[in-house]
Amino acid sequence: MSAQPRMPTESGTPDHFQYMHPTLRRNYGQWSWHERPRPGVLHHVSRTGDQVWTVRAGTQRQMDVHTIRKLCDIADKYADGYVRFTIRSNIEFMVADEKKVKPLIEALTKEGFPIGGTGNSVSMISHTQGWLHCDIPGTDASGVVKSLMDELHQEFINEDMPNRVKITTSCCQINCGGQGDIAINVQHTKPPRINHDLVANLCERPSVVARCPVAAIRPAMVNGRPSLEVDERKCICCGACYPPCPPMQINDPEHSKIAIWVGGKNSNARSKPSLHKLVAAGIPNNPPRWPEAAAVVKKILAVYKQDAHAWERMGEWVERIGWPRFFELTGLPFTKFHVDNWRGARASLNTSAHVRF
Amino acid sequence: MSKKMHATPMLDQLESGPWPSFITGIKRLAKDNDMAVDLLGQLEHSYETRKGYWKGGTASVIGYGGGVIPRFSEVAEKFPESKEFHTIRIMPAPAMHYDTATLRKFCDIWEKFGSGLIALHGQTGDVMLQGCTTENIQPAFDEFNKLGFDMGGAGPSVRTGMSCVGHARCEHSCYDEGRAHREVLNSFIDDIHRPALPYKFKFKFSGCGNDCMNSVQRSDMAVIGTWRDDIQVDQAEVKNFVKAKGREYVIDNVTTRCPTQCLKLKADDTLEIDNRNCVRCMHCINVMTKALSPGKDRGVTILAGGKRTLKIGDLLGTMIVPFMKLETDEDFGKLVALSRNLMEFWVENGLEHERCGEMIERIGLNNLIEGLGMEVDPNMVRHPRTNPYVRLDGWDDEIERLKQVKAG
Ligand code: HEM
Ligand code: SF4
Ligand code: SF4
Ligand code: SF4
Ligand code: SF4
Repeated sequence: MSAQPRMPTESGTPDHFQYMHPTLRRNYGQWSWHERPRPGVLHHVSRTGDQVWTVRAGTQRQMDVHTIRKLCDIADKYADGYVRFTIRSNIEFMVADEKKVKPLIEALTKEGFPIGGTGNSVSMISHTQGWLHCDIPGTDASGVVKSLMDELHQEFINEDMPNRVKITTSCCQINCGGQGDIAINVQHTKPPRINHDLVANLCERPSVVARCPVAAIRPAMVNGRPSLEVDERKCICCGACYPPCPPMQINDPEHSKIAIWVGGKNSNARSKPSLHKLVAAGIPNNPPRWPEAAAVVKKILAVYKQDAHAWERMGEWVERIGWPRFFELTGLPFTKFHVDNWRGARASLNTSAHVRF
Repeated sequence: MSKKMHATPMLDQLESGPWPSFITGIKRLAKDNDMAVDLLGQLEHSYETRKGYWKGGTASVIGYGGGVIPRFSEVAEKFPESKEFHTIRIMPAPAMHYDTATLRKFCDIWEKFGSGLIALHGQTGDVMLQGCTTENIQPAFDEFNKLGFDMGGAGPSVRTGMSCVGHARCEHSCYDEGRAHREVLNSFIDDIHRPALPYKFKFKFSGCGNDCMNSVQRSDMAVIGTWRDDIQVDQAEVKNFVKAKGREYVIDNVTTRCPTQCLKLKADDTLEIDNRNCVRCMHCINVMTKALSPGKDRGVTILAGGKRTLKIGDLLGTMIVPFMKLETDEDFGKLVALSRNLMEFWVENGLEHERCGEMIERIGLNNLIEGLGMEVDPNMVRHPRTNPYVRLDGWDDEIERLKQVKAG
């Protein structure tokens, strides 16, 4: 008789206390205030009198086991054997003794991990899977992020932006990367090409028809076999048909471009949360270093850094100076494509006589 | 186990520069893992041709319907060792705390059964163990499961939750995020493992309005900490802050940045707060971390329906609960009950492949609120309706009903 298969223990989300640094565990819910002694370091003080210093380092997110073990070695030697990760794939080492901060920073720096990502810095870019693993990507998220973080390294290790800057990338219009102060996303510019031979075999046609946000896909007979057709005037090139129907090829070496969006913010601090807005498009998807995309991002960051008031997030800064000035200062052209014509578009039109000259 | 490396002139360029390189990492793996060799080959091929070559399929573990992201290579004849390159999603503990012994065990298991490539973490919050053959999925998962880790959600299911560091190391935290995270998520274990919902459903937990988990944009139910009494002010620390930074700095960076203009720096360098007008935005507390803190009567605000683009465009979550206490066992029970009610309402009323936010847009917030057995609240809107196309013939009855409700 063959062995019984092992049934999983459906334990769900594990208890965090077992993995938590003892100083954090002891002071859970007791923290009183914090400061940032230098970029990349946080100092928290508890109502119990305990203190903890956190050193934050950037990682490449997609890590090989050797890199993870190296981080563990550093944590064992300098940080009591505990770490945590942030939502942006930064790693944090906590120490209860201020004297350990410097050697910890030195050890991380020596191994090539940048220290920063706190306060008013450009933190690690949150990203998706790209060509490394996803089945629908128009570009390689990890590569774009590595290239950009090389360029933005100084902005990660320093805290001299007006406020924090969160950048996100997405390798298709589905936008797994999320909203950001700057979002760098693939935007398809041509309707999908249909491989009719494959549709008949692979496709649950009703489901792909239902997926299209503008009802551009219709069932059709092609060469005597059931297939699909796309009304190209309606199609907005969103790519939503491709995951359920790989024969609807949307990714294209030439026409999958990069678009850049700004002003997304999830925090409620000062202004309400906001969605990011299109500022540039048609940027070539140019591996391995994506220099054109990097140039636009750096230009926007430079203008923001120079022009924004302290504490203004990118979207708040643009709201204050107005979008016409944003386009003027960044030198990015304003086009008819920037004028929304999708659902709820009127909410984005100017319903006042407010104009700046 | 030492397949010859493919030439990767484009990927090699990603090894220079100050940021840690994932390519260098994969090359290290490739020294004794052939899957990594062919992964690099395929990735270089993608860089050359600017196209991806993975397709989905089916793969899972015994007992579960989801959690593995299957990937099969479309160029397997060229790169056979990575022809199956599945991802296993593992749910980490709230706020992603680890001891190194556990991380080392992750590495050992993944070196043995997978490619050795681990993403910490996906935006959904999972540990993503990338690169596994179909055959090795089960033994690899068994090892993680024995370590006390479980599989995260994928497909039309409840997805892995995320919570901020909060109580563990943040003085702004207004509730126990870790507990809320575990109580809510662990009441949906069946819906995490066996995808049977209209579409995905995400929970995120942030301890205050700074919303470090981006819950408002990225989750179907966003639980955000807040307080309803007065901001706690340590006037001596206010004075110290003014002394250190100067009055002008405080006026420019604290008081005039308050969105509701409810802060006033007095002549004696103390701060006066019109708490009735404070919207709990967190700005002043963020700047004066030592002098100001959230009030003592803490709880959560809950928003529903945030999501990204597909299918009707990006949606921010909308307020459904302006304030809910979250301290006692009973309070946590109420949070779990609310999450179940929201989920059940959506399961019943959502169309296939329709996120909760899209359902709310289609049926109207009133229907959701009524479905949840709650009352509407002026906090749920930016302003009352502007269009008169509504039947108001039930007005008097509604006023009467509200009177009755109020009277109990
Ligand atoms: C069939 C289409 C899709 C596929 C195959 C796909 C695949 C994936 C995979 C494998 C991940 C990494 C999962 C993790 O965090 O553990 C991911 C992440 C994500 N997905 Fe998707 N996704 C699809 C559609 C979407 C859609 C429609 C949305 C939102 C509208 C979305 C939002 C996200 C987000 C926010 C992430 C986190 C990104 C990351 O860090 O990798 N996805 N997706
Ligand atoms: S959606 Fe695509 S894969 Fe699915 S049935 Fe339609 S054509 Fe085929
Ligand atoms: S790309 Fe988008 S709009 Fe065009 S056919 Fe496909 S789903 Fe419809
Ligand atoms: S959301 Fe608030 S409580 Fe949570 S970590 Fe961020 S600032 Fe702290
Ligand atoms: S929390 Fe925000 S709204 Fe409240 S007083 Fe401070 S700055 Fe003003």
